[in-house]
Amino acid sequence: MRILVVGGGTGGTILANNLARRLSAEIRARKVRLTMLSASDKHMYQPGLLYVAFGQMSPDQLYRDQASLLEASIDFHVDPVEQFQLDQNQVRTQSGKVHEYDILVIATGSRIVPEEVRGLTEGAETFYTEASAVKMFKRLREFQGGKVAVVVGVPHKCPIAPVEVMFSLHDYFKARGIRDKVTMKYHYPIGRIHTIENVAKWAKPEFDRMGIEYETLFNVKEVDVENNVVKSEEGTETNYDLLIAIPPHRGMEVIEKNNLGQGGWIPTDRFKLTMKGRDNVYVLGDTSNLPVSKTGSAAHFEAEVVAENIASIVKIGAPVRDYDGKVYCFIEAGHERATYAMFNYLNPPDLKPPTKPMHWFKIAYNQMYWTSVRGLL
Amino acid sequence: MSESKIIDACDTYCPGPLMELITYMKQANVGDTLELLSTDEGSAADVPEWIHKVGHEVVSNEKVEGVWHIKVRKAK
Repeated sequence: MRILVVGGGTGGTILANNLARRLSAEIRARKVRLTMLSASDKHMYQPGLLYVAFGQMSPDQLYRDQASLLEASIDFHVDPVEQFQLDQNQVRTQSGKVHEYDILVIATGSRIVPEEVRGLTEGAETFYTEASAVKMFKRLREFQGGKVAVVVGVPHKCPIAPVEVMFSLHDYFKARGIRDKVTMKYHYPIGRIHTIENVAKWAKPEFDRMGIEYETLFNVKEVDVENNVVKSEEGTETNYDLLIAIPPHRGMEVIEKNNLGQGGWIPTDRFKLTMKGRDNVYVLGDTSNLPVSKTGSAAHFEAEVVAENIASIVKIGAPVRDYDGKVYCFIEAGHERATYAMFNYLNPPDLKPPTKPMHWFKIAYNQMYWTSVRGLL
Repeated sequence: MSESKIIDACDTYCPGPLMELITYMKQANVGDTLELLSTDEGSAADVPEWIHKVGHEVVSNEKVEGVWHIKVRKAK
């Protein structure tokens, strides 16, 4: 049985490690071969980028060598896939190598596409890449007061990030003693301040308490960099001195080029996590088109289900579990308090008031992630 | 000559249906009618609110067998 994992992010790594342990006897007996293909030899802890943007983590703290995170029995190659030849049960990589498989897992993630909004790349700060997070921190350090506008593109990774960045900005300016010199305005594309209704209900009074203005049904159309104005599809405008954007995302180019899914999102069975129409192809994390958050947490819980099912297919010939849509998100409510949202397909989150211990737990988790991604937590 | 178009956004979730409508609205001409099909409760409220904010026109909004049919006309 040849199991091929494409993608070395959170989902792919947890899945591969989990499978390597579940199938250790079968791998030793050479009944199973487990291969991972990744585009990078480094693994980034992406939630750390928000901390980099506020000077609370340095960029080098975000990385580990991918090989060091993987079980020794995993055949790991830095050789990104260029062609998915699903009818032949094989993929072709950048180096020209062909890998055949019996079971394929696609966990290639997503990418930011700020260039899809005119002026956004030049006019807005963001924190979705290492370079942009460092640049945003430098801008924040220089900022002495004025109008801060935050705009949100869709779809985007980490749906909690828009509210987290507002709370972090509030505390950051307060700590510098300039909060009274800063006006903050939040813009959100739908008719409330967050996609998840209970998050919106919780965040709204927090915004009011912190003096954060907000405009809903604001879909970014363009940024007028000359005049520092961000314009919406709806015909409204906001002036700013500092613009921060949650950039729109797409799935990876290789997914679009191979016509596996519009926008780079692969149509996925929401319970089995198989690619629609392909029973031997699984899809994890951001890559899927599932109606769940594009977060490491979703990828983590999906990976556990898929690992258990693939191991069961090897051992008893059938999968044993369905994915229930489980997601657990920490929500930093500033620099000293946090809460969390836990939900699934059927049960919306019930947010508790933020506490200091929950913030400390999140800070601890920033290190515990490396245990988690090894499939041990 | 105005046109009619059906946008099937069933089984996608907030903000998906609204984003689909915005995409097609950009491509439509003034006077064209777009009918959005959605199974998402949130979008059923969001879409008329968005239409009102932008200044287009809601022609009809009804739920038939679990699917909202929201018909809108591009006014400007």
